[in-house]
Amino acid sequence: MDIHEYQAKEVLSNFGVEVPAGALAYSPEQAAYRAREMGGERWVVKAQIHAGGRGLAGGVKVCNSDVEIQEVTENMFGRRLVTHQTGPEGKGIYRVYVEAAVPIDREIYLGFVLDRTSQRVMIVASAEGGMEIEDISADRPDSIVRATVEPAVGLQEFQCREIAFKLGIDAGMVQQMVRTLQGCFRAFTELDATMVEINPLVITGDNRILALDAKMTFDDNALFRHPQISELRDKSQEDPRESRAADRGLSYVGLDGNIGCIVNGAGLAMATMDTIMLAGGEPANFLDIGGGATPERVAKAFRLVLSDTKVEAILVNIFAGINRCDWVAEGVVKALREVEVNVPVIVRLAGTNVEEGQKILAESGLPLIRATTLVEAAERAVGAWQSDLDQSTKVRAV
Amino acid sequence: MSIYLDRDTKVLVQGITGKMARFHTKDMIEYGTNVVGGVVPGKGGETVEGVPVFNTMKEAVAETGAEATLVFVPPPFAADSIMEAADAGVRYCVCITDGIPAQDMIRVKRYMYRYPKERRMVLTGPNCAGTISPGKALLGIMPGHIYLQGNVGIVGRSGTLGYEAAAQLKERGIGISTSVGIGGDPINGSSFRDILEQFENDPDTHTICMIGEIGGPQEAEAAEYIRDHVSKPVVAYVAGLTAPKGRTMGHAGAIISAFGESASEKVEILTAAGVTVAENPAVIGETIERVMQ
Repeated sequence: MDIHEYQAKEVLSNFGVEVPAGALAYSPEQAAYRAREMGGERWVVKAQIHAGGRGLAGGVKVCNSDVEIQEVTENMFGRRLVTHQTGPEGKGIYRVYVEAAVPIDREIYLGFVLDRTSQRVMIVASAEGGMEIEDISADRPDSIVRATVEPAVGLQEFQCREIAFKLGIDAGMVQQMVRTLQGCFRAFTELDATMVEINPLVITGDNRILALDAKMTFDDNALFRHPQISELRDKSQEDPRESRAADRGLSYVGLDGNIGCIVNGAGLAMATMDTIMLAGGEPANFLDIGGGATPERVAKAFRLVLSDTKVEAILVNIFAGINRCDWVAEGVVKALREVEVNVPVIVRLAGTNVEEGQKILAESGLPLIRATTLVEAAERAVGAWQSDLDQSTKVRAV
Repeated sequence: MSIYLDRDTKVLVQGITGKMARFHTKDMIEYGTNVVGGVVPGKGGETVEGVPVFNTMKEAVAETGAEATLVFVPPPFAADSIMEAADAGVRYCVCITDGIPAQDMIRVKRYMYRYPKERRMVLTGPNCAGTISPGKALLGIMPGHIYLQGNVGIVGRSGTLGYEAAAQLKERGIGISTSVGIGGDPINGSSFRDILEQFENDPDTHTICMIGEIGGPQEAEAAEYIRDHVSKPVVAYVAGLTAPKGRTMGHAGAIISAFGESASEKVEILTAAGVTVAENPAVIGETIERVMQ
């Protein structure tokens, strides 16, 4: 789960990481008021969306008066900000963070990630702050400092000092840097984060170390023990279909194609999408309905896939292992009688009792297109989508 | 021979009184697995599917001499159960549980390394379908009847995609020595490399099938190991050619976040290491058959 910059800053400051003075606003008037309340002469207003690259996209502006803040934020609120990380549809701006501008001497990149090679928490830092880590890795790989944390004892001070000295931080400020690193690490482990990124971490003209931006991602599997973090979820930043699916225990990712997929198991779901592509089509979604494939889940899956108006054909691919194909087939038939489906539906069943399953589909009277192999299913789905199907071959079930 | 699991391997089920655990315990016993007991704190003295339930793993191991365990415990308590198994002295543990926090798994792995290698438990999973040595024993939730006994070793992340491969092999009359699920989580017990080493040393495994997916470094690590240490032919399939960068595809670990983690990059790395890569999941069986000839 992602959270907003202002939320990440609040979380991190509770762990001793210093941040500039700032306040949240839900309207242009409130943004201007927040600046007056805070005082000072220059402020930075920042659109709060769950994506990076806001600066280049016009989501971060420096303002010199409350009047300017009101003007600038009037153009932000309600707009969808498109950055290189959001996709073409962008993310809606409903909250703006107003922050006191600070004099910057140096910018540093600081990240904490779960490193899958060492299977530990890894710190990644670079003296080339402000750039994205992918670009730093490509352009200045020598500038990257890495350290992994031994899980039994946690992050040690000497490791923090090593990082600080490698980044060229003045001896007099090293202790501040140690506090910042340890604060981030404690927030990471105590709150089950999977990523903390401060880019940039700045050294100010008056020798302070401040997190100028902050991003945190949390482990969805650990949210059960962090209710205060779960409350920070902002559904306005999520794809509505994906959050609806998540609420129903389904795993869904929307894509750009037009062949909807309903599959049991994540690996098989990805493999089904790949087969569609190899057959010349494009998948509209990833959808794993779980190992069970109960009739209720199949019905929910059809509703979900059909809520994407781009979908012109649906491919159902179920491998029945512990459960049986006849039972899954009954579920598919039941779902199709409940849900109005007006695109071609291709069903491929495999596994236990496959013949009985096929028989139930054939005898249902529903104009389903049946397939036995995955390749055949994908080719039929692509074919059904390409040809102008006669209305009679489409499923009309209520 | 087969790896990890044989006809005589004495098996415990942790969390045996749960509904799903009961169902699969029955299924495993019917398959011929030597299930000798279960462990659920506070339920010691009960009986499930004819086997005794114990309060602690230590007690269960002392009473039954169990060598392997299947963890069927809900996510908040699963890491604790794996560590209890490691401490009780079982040599092999399969964890089915999906949804264990990643940092719990970091602690589990650190804990397991307290023990010297000869006494260190091997963990496969979590978030996997289990391990089966066809015709001998089944430790997991897979449908036993889709696996024929034979000489192909299968290792994969995904459950149903692994079933797909086993079923394609059965259709061609090709059998399996052992099939191991390593699970879809970012921090897991055994890697592809660990299982490949077992298969390379198993005289009953003649051909190896590896089913990978997007995300993480373990397929690339396996490619390097295959190039340098594996003499047996390896066939691979990597799922997720169409998966967009930065999105989690169902499995917590199936996310492209770094260079070399996309399916096409993994295919390239594996091919360069001498692995025969199946272009799509429907041809895994026929590719293995071709490589075997």
